Amino acid sequence: MYKMAFISSYIALNAHPGQFVHIKVPYDNSLLLRRPISIHDVHPQTGRVEIAYRVVGKGTRILSRMNAGQIIDVLGPLGKGFTISREIKSAIVIGGGCGVAPLKFLVRCLKEGGGAVTALLGFRNREAVYELDEFERFSDQLFITTDDGSLGSKGLVTQALEKELRKHLPDVMFACGPVPMLKVVQRLAKEYSVPCQISLEERMGCGIGGCLVCSCAIRTSDGDFEYKRVCQDGPVFWSQEVLLDEAALEC
Amino acid sequence: MKLHLNVEICGISFKNPVIAASGTFGFGREYARYVDLNMLGGIAVKGLTLSPRKGNPPPRIAETPSGILNSVGLQNPGVDYFIEEELPELLKYDTRIIVNINGNTIDEYCRMVEKLRDVPVHLLELNISCPNVKQGGMAFGTDPNVVYDITRSVKAHARQPVIVKLTPNVTDIKEIAIAAEKGGADGISLINTVLGMAIDAKKRRPVLANVVGGLSGPAIKPIALRMVWEVSQVVSVPIIGMGGITTGEDVVEFLLAGATAVGVGTANLMSPTACIDILNQLEEYMLQNGVRDINELIGGLEVKGGFC
Repeated sequence: MYKMAFISSYIALNAHPGQFVHIKVPYDNSLLLRRPISIHDVHPQTGRVEIAYRVVGKGTRILSRMNAGQIIDVLGPLGKGFTISREIKSAIVIGGGCGVAPLKFLVRCLKEGGGAVTALLGFRNREAVYELDEFERFSDQLFITTDDGSLGSKGLVTQALEKELRKHLPDVMFACGPVPMLKVVQRLAKEYSVPCQISLEERMGCGIGGCLVCSCAIRTSDGDFEYKRVCQDGPVFWSQEVLLDEAALEC
Repeated sequence: MKLHLNVEICGISFKNPVIAASGTFGFGREYARYVDLNMLGGIAVKGLTLSPRKGNPPPRIAETPSGILNSVGLQNPGVDYFIEEELPELLKYDTRIIVNINGNTIDEYCRMVEKLRDVPVHLLELNISCPNVKQGGMAFGTDPNVVYDITRSVKAHARQPVIVKLTPNVTDIKEIAIAAEKGGADGISLINTVLGMAIDAKKRRPVLANVVGGLSGPAIKPIALRMVWEVSQVVSVPIIGMGGITTGEDVVEFLLAGATAVGVGTANLMSPTACIDILNQLEEYMLQNGVRDINELIGGLEVKGGFC
């Protein structure tokens, strides 16, 4: 994971957890599309905005090689983030891999709102773990799982979630991660009747709801589904309304 | 120097030649936060069908060198919803409204045009070039006989001028344009996207769920320029040129090739202010090159020799 910070007092003051920024890749005009990257955290006093991302292609590689002081073209904050309120007394936050990135901002806001936060974070291995101290600071309980057991307990984060749900049911759950993880979270939320919000990812175009390319399938009241825009109607949705089988299986 | 940017298409005056292209600008509303829609020459709304359409499954977009492949598949809320819910919002702005219409059959096109007869929109864009739908779309736009029939049928029902939007996925764009003009088209817009494909080598799978999609962006600009130029040689109706326009100079090139106005599409995905940025650059070009009236540029290409 790469972490990057830039100064934008507008974004820092207006962003909500779960929203994203749409970044133009600098220095290469052949890469036309902006890169949607979730907001890792903001500092309204200084205007500092933090993002954390994985290098997955040319665009993110160029971003990862930028130096301090360079200028970047950023659109945001965009999208509908997590719905949070002071009514939330207890929450479970579940993150998998690069899906952990937007949860730091969320966990901090939940904590500042007075809620008790249990954070369950799953990674491939010890090397993939990041920002642990930040999560420790803002969560009441933190559990780490790794696929190979090199840190925390060995196994999937969803196994830790089921264990946790057997012990106590939170007011609400929040999740971000790969689709297979979200599918299990969605099933557990239903089984244990806990309201759950999930953050989706999809290949994106304009980022502002105009081009209809970043679609996800959302249940309609007549039992059918319609395609909604991840960029504008999401990226965060209530888990029971999302048809994850229609989603592309990638992180 | 006072600049004159006004152009006329089918008897309708546009305050400037920059039109937001269909499918990249929603119903305008989505962009109103970022640009003053009153500054645009026109807005071509998201392609409409008679009934609402779900569109294709995701992923619907792939990035290719200097281009974008999309396979949205005409997701839209239907023409009735547009007339009732979206149009009133759009009419608040002082800009020309172009309604892009799509059908599975000639009858569907005609029924849509009937619904739009008494609606205050300025132009109809007959889309016979969408590469992302199984029925209709591009299948209509590749056969000159069908192009003639569909244009003639639609014209018989339409009150507004009809622009026919052509696909580049043909052997001879000129014969298609001639067929549209003979059918009664009041104007021609081109090009729609170029049929293409992207493959993920690691996964050994196509990137798009629809396997193939329409290529747009600067990658196709040379194709678009060539086709606009070819068509301008054989028809006398006005042309709206489009395909990879991202700068003011790109606009100038299309006007020189014979377009009266231009569509800006993919650039809107790169930046929501693209149309206005392009307009500013166009004015800058005019100032620097002593062009008082934009109409001086239209069809102004100087060709020495050549073999066409």
